[in-house]
Amino acid sequence: MKFHDKTAAELQELLHSNEATIADLTKQTIERINQLDPKVDAFLAMNEEQAMAKATELDNTPMDQRGPLFGLPIGVKDNIMTEGLVTTASSRILEGFNPIYNATVVEKLRAAGMITVGKLNMDEFAMGSSNENSYYKKTRNPWNLDYVPGGSSGGSTAAVAAGEVPFTLGSDTGGSIRQPAAFCGVVGMKPTYGRVSRFGLIAFASSLDQIGPITRNVKDNALLLQAIAGHDEKDSTSADVEVPDFAAALTGDITGLRIGVPKEYFAEGVSESAKQAVYNALEVLKEKGATVEEISLPHSKYALATYYLLASSEASSNLSRFDGIRYGYRTNKASSLLDFYMNTRAEGFGDEVKRRIMLGTYALSSGYYDAYYKKAQKVRTLIKQDFDKAFEKYDVIVSPTTPTPAFKIGEIIDDPLTMYANDILTIPVNLAGVPAISVPCGFDGDMPLGLQIIGNYFDEETVYRVADVFEKATDFHKKTPQLWEGAAQ
Amino acid sequence: MAKMTKDEVIEVAHLARLAITDEEAIHFAEQLEAITNAMELLNELDTENVEPTTHVLPMVNVMREDIAEEGLPRETVLKNVKEHEAGQVKVPTILE
Repeated sequence: MKFHDKTAAELQELLHSNEATIADLTKQTIERINQLDPKVDAFLAMNEEQAMAKATELDNTPMDQRGPLFGLPIGVKDNIMTEGLVTTASSRILEGFNPIYNATVVEKLRAAGMITVGKLNMDEFAMGSSNENSYYKKTRNPWNLDYVPGGSSGGSTAAVAAGEVPFTLGSDTGGSIRQPAAFCGVVGMKPTYGRVSRFGLIAFASSLDQIGPITRNVKDNALLLQAIAGHDEKDSTSADVEVPDFAAALTGDITGLRIGVPKEYFAEGVSESAKQAVYNALEVLKEKGATVEEISLPHSKYALATYYLLASSEASSNLSRFDGIRYGYRTNKASSLLDFYMNTRAEGFGDEVKRRIMLGTYALSSGYYDAYYKKAQKVRTLIKQDFDKAFEKYDVIVSPTTPTPAFKIGEIIDDPLTMYANDILTIPVNLAGVPAISVPCGFDGDMPLGLQIIGNYFDEETVYRVADVFEKATDFHKKTPQLWEGAAQ
Repeated sequence: MAKMTKDEVIEVAHLARLAITDEEAIHFAEQLEAITNAMELLNELDTENVEPTTHVLPMVNVMREDIAEEGLPRETVLKNVKEHEAGQVKVPTILE
């Protein structure tokens, strides 16, 4: 029996009818990863023994005590703390780091009965859009192994796209869930800032970072967000708001839904294929009863500069903790304490991380603080106000997720500004803090394209409802890459 | 357009506690100059009467009662320390 093409509900049916055990499912998942991952390179660390032991233990739980995700396998991005399972954020400076506690989301996965099968590759400290900034390996796009999976959660989206695992967690600071979800043809949600606890997420830019679910369909995505969402007293920025029943929001009815389409998201640099796929998607949503109007988010073009100033400034502060004393990589070339710090950090961080630490240090240094950092914080206010205004009249905002489909490995790695432009349509969402999802909406040749649906603060329900209606009306999410069936079983 | 010199990069790297060679500094200077020039786009906007946003949600400081609680066991805390001795973190000798 094959498990890798099943939804959560279908897997539960097999478990509840005793056609399969959690141990069977876990074993097959690990076998499939072992078989496919030498090609995809999504996983950094596997948790085979503990996962199998957990599966056998969970098989003893009576059926009526199991929730919708009970016993199902999940992979976790490597910047999320997993006790006893090496966590590196794909950086040399955390090589071999063994967390002494779990992130709150990992505790929540445990409470839901999910089984962590391994840790997923990413751009170092979540800085990057291609997974090429990992110290350990380059993850490949399952649709074409010469192409990048996107980033920074590229390991998480590639693993789902290859059918290695049906659920993963990623993190999104400027598009790091949605951009790779679009590149890999899977569903990725960045929840409202504060919806999910960041406790145990290795910090990149604390005012922007948010953990979110990656899956192959919208319903499963809603179930996974349900499991990880909620206020956490260990994260002072987590919001004390009620968590609704996300799956219940999938009513299939979008009659009267008001969609705003920002003209700035179809500007120069956005490929014809990406635009056309979204125009087609809007036709589908109109047929289902939505109204579509062009709108303006006038400060969109300032988002990229604002983001790189703020995110790098926050990063330069957050990453100052890595000094080689109490944990992590340590240089063996030091003749003074200053030398020790400087060599440890120079040897432990990769180039992109260094670039951003230096940019942030520069933007925060006296003489430049007002011109760069404070200026960017003010422009952030204007960008947020664009969204506030739009949501007075519209229920969701729809756009392409990325300006182009995935590019080839090595193609733009030496050109930071071109690389940054990948996130031009996802970054404003993080600056405003609103939720947004990427769902598959077409192809450019063999490579997938993503539809971005942006919602108002804490209104993930409407975002999911629209995404679900679109998914049910189209077949894009059913297409699978060639290597999908290439594997045995 | 702001010019980013090699010496400025060396200064910033020092502030950020990153060892850097001259060659690296020249390379980073070019890239950081291009990046900071792109950031100057923001100067188009008049933001004199705009309040800065540090967080998108209304945030309040979260305090707990000031009661002493037991910390983590020493063994756990030392788990990721490269070298330790007698329950203490060991660092390289830097004084003669």
